[in-house]
Amino acid sequence: MFNPEIETMPREQLRQLQFERLKKTVELVYENVPFYKQTFKEKGLQPGDLKSLDDLKLLPFTVKQDLRDNYPFALFAVPMSEVVRVHASSGTTGKPTVVGYTQNDIDIWAELIARCVAMAGGGKGDVIQVAYGYGLFTGGLGLHYGAERLGATVIPISGGNTRRQLMLMKDFGTTILCCTPSYALFLGEEAAEEGIDLINGQIKAGIFGAEPWSENMRKELEKVMGIKAYNIYGLSEIMGPGVSMECECQCGMHIMEDCFIPEIIDPETGETLPYGSKGELVFTTIAKEAFPLIRYRTRDISVLREEKCGCGRTFVRMERVMGRTDDMLIIRGVNVFPSQIESVLLEIGETEPHYLLVVDRQGNLDNLEVWVEVSEKMFSDEVRKLEELEKKLRHEIASVLGISAKIKLVEPKTIPRSEGKAKRVIDKREL
Amino acid sequence: MKVQQISVFLENKSGRLATLTDVLGKAGINIRALSIADTSDFGILRLIVNQPEEAFRILKEAGFTASLTDIIAVEVKDEPGGLAAILKILESAGINIEYLYAFLEKSSNDALVVFRVEQIEDAINLLTKNNVNLLKGAEVYKL
Repeated sequence: MFNPEIETMPREQLRQLQFERLKKTVELVYENVPFYKQTFKEKGLQPGDLKSLDDLKLLPFTVKQDLRDNYPFALFAVPMSEVVRVHASSGTTGKPTVVGYTQNDIDIWAELIARCVAMAGGGKGDVIQVAYGYGLFTGGLGLHYGAERLGATVIPISGGNTRRQLMLMKDFGTTILCCTPSYALFLGEEAAEEGIDLINGQIKAGIFGAEPWSENMRKELEKVMGIKAYNIYGLSEIMGPGVSMECECQCGMHIMEDCFIPEIIDPETGETLPYGSKGELVFTTIAKEAFPLIRYRTRDISVLREEKCGCGRTFVRMERVMGRTDDMLIIRGVNVFPSQIESVLLEIGETEPHYLLVVDRQGNLDNLEVWVEVSEKMFSDEVRKLEELEKKLRHEIASVLGISAKIKLVEPKTIPRSEGKAKRVIDKREL
Repeated sequence: MKVQQISVFLENKSGRLATLTDVLGKAGINIRALSIADTSDFGILRLIVNQPEEAFRILKEAGFTASLTDIIAVEVKDEPGGLAAILKILESAGINIEYLYAFLEKSSNDALVVFRVEQIEDAINLLTKNNVNLLKGAEVYKL
């Protein structure tokens, strides 16, 4: 265990710590973030009204739209001179969602990841292959600094280039692999094809996340790689990876409650639900300086469990994310909203675009096809121009989504419409 | 001298061409010439019919994406080098041909070829000046 004092803190003491930190955070945002001053005022609240941890439910929610409305930095609670790093994820209307970190935030994040890697059995002497993407996405750099903090050896290989991944895995003696579970399965398959024996190799664990997966995939991964496969959870708005992580008991992900307060709410009414109920996950950050968020609605559906865990940690656990309360898809670890496709089509001058996202998994890799109905406006009787249109769409969609998609031009009225409203997504993946 | 051609977007899947020709057939539209340009995913069907405006309306009603395009119908000597002579004239004036295809029937002893060019007015003037015979729309539709 990386930080036993915190990770096994008695619940009462932990709640006290949470309350102290919550008060500080609320004061911080009230004083420094005009958006929060405004929303608190609308609710007739002042930081002093917070009398106990239970009063958290009095505070207003924050939603993704608020992040967009305050693009890029208006929700930051410190001057930009204090911000040492920004990350961003693709937005729904072309503008990304931006998050910022002070040096202290980066240090805390590294500690959280160090705890996560330790949960997967990692420590000094381990060789950790970080095959999450490096860059604006939080996955790569998040895991990177935490693994270094732990004293492990990091291979910052980033995503892609499967042959090189396997070569370094073998030659450098990787013991822990970090990537999306679908990519891990793909690596496992390629290794088998190239005659690389992972089962009897050095690799012992995998830290997999950034997309939904299942117990079946876990079994498959553990079998083909001869490892223990751990689920990690996070979202850039809250911190990045490391908001929660499975311990060796593999019975849900421990939420780093000294830094984040989780709630489960009814997505319809916003009412807070007791532990054990299924609903929308909401997080309040209580240790962040640059970009604190109060009651951020993740749109992820899960259940919180408070029963004592066999590992000795006292942090509550969240179950695997079971779905979304919005239409967001995760494709190759990247968040995709159908409205992003719509924004591209509107930009090229379509007034009423009809489109469909068809997601499939072929050989463990996600495939996105975007079907676009050819309107009279888009149509040309020259093949060359239609191919140019296809190319343009492919390019624009790749730049907005951050992942590539195959464009398929289809005839009008061929995309199924239900109750007058077009169906936007067909997800054929079976996890 | 311009002739109207109907272009229709078709997905490459079985039965689409049959459906389309059935729609036209039931409406009494007669196809005079046709060509299909295709890629692996879709095709563009180009049609010269006896009543272009009517056919265009009917296809749109049937849910097809269609457009009307101006083309020229050129009489080409039915002998070796006949087409080459026409192409040379167009090339010398820098007129680009987007595509061309031949008619099934003849209007005279000459063959009839559909040209789609970018600079249609220039092409008409140029060919007429060079004594190449172009058919009027009305002549083509009633072939």
